[in-house]
Amino acid sequence: MDESVRKAVLGAVPSLRAFAISLCGNVDRADDLVQETLLRALANIDSFQPGTNMSAWLFTILRNHFRSEYRKRRREVEDSEGRYAETLKSQPEQYGRVEFREFREALAHLPSDQREALVLVGASGFSYEEAAHICGCAVGTIKSRVNRARTRLAELMAIEDAEDFGPDQQTRAVMAGGGE
Amino acid sequence: MDTAEARSRKTSAKPAKLSREVQARLGQQLRSMYDDVVNQGVPDRFAELIDRINGDGNKGGQ
Repeated sequence: MDESVRKAVLGAVPSLRAFAISLCGNVDRADDLVQETLLRALANIDSFQPGTNMSAWLFTILRNHFRSEYRKRRREVEDSEGRYAETLKSQPEQYGRVEFREFREALAHLPSDQREALVLVGASGFSYEEAAHICGCAVGTIKSRVNRARTRLAELMAIEDAEDFGPDQQTRAVMAGGGE
Repeated sequence: MDTAEARSRKTSAKPAKLSREVQARLGQQLRSMYDDVVNQGVPDRFAELIDRINGDGNKGGQ
């Protein structure tokens, strides 16, 4: 294997894992998925076109493998809580714990085609075109999945406006309820 | 009446479009969750796997 190829594969591993966890909702299964993806990719490294996007190539393999093997045996929603939290070394400080947990739960409840579209575009940094290529669908399909994912997330989290966000929400509710 | 209404009718009576603020906040949450994993770097098992396959390939010749 070319040193530049080896570096590109290695460099893609952190975001492959993040994508895999968002698909599986379970870190152990996600890491197995990444491992199987790497084995497949490296066995077929000759079919990688030098100069093209290594991450997109690996994401496509991972996503297809997940679709064909993992979804059958998935326990996404049941497993998503807890295991995910364990892997997170630091909960983002700027948000409340409650809000962050709600967000993860809501994400786990999205249909998987919406979730993967949202993650690819909103977190992995792929363009709509790249995401469409990875998912093997039209660009318009990705756009509508992303829009539906956002709307559904907001519904699941019962967010009507930005005021509803944040750690102060409960405090505010208590204060409002308690009167003066 | 206006285009927004036409659009929401088209998408089968979905609630109003999310405000930019809400969208931005959801995006931040998503990225912070994702980046938390990315920032864990490459676990040893994967670095070793790649190097092992790389080594085998080099030794194996073909």
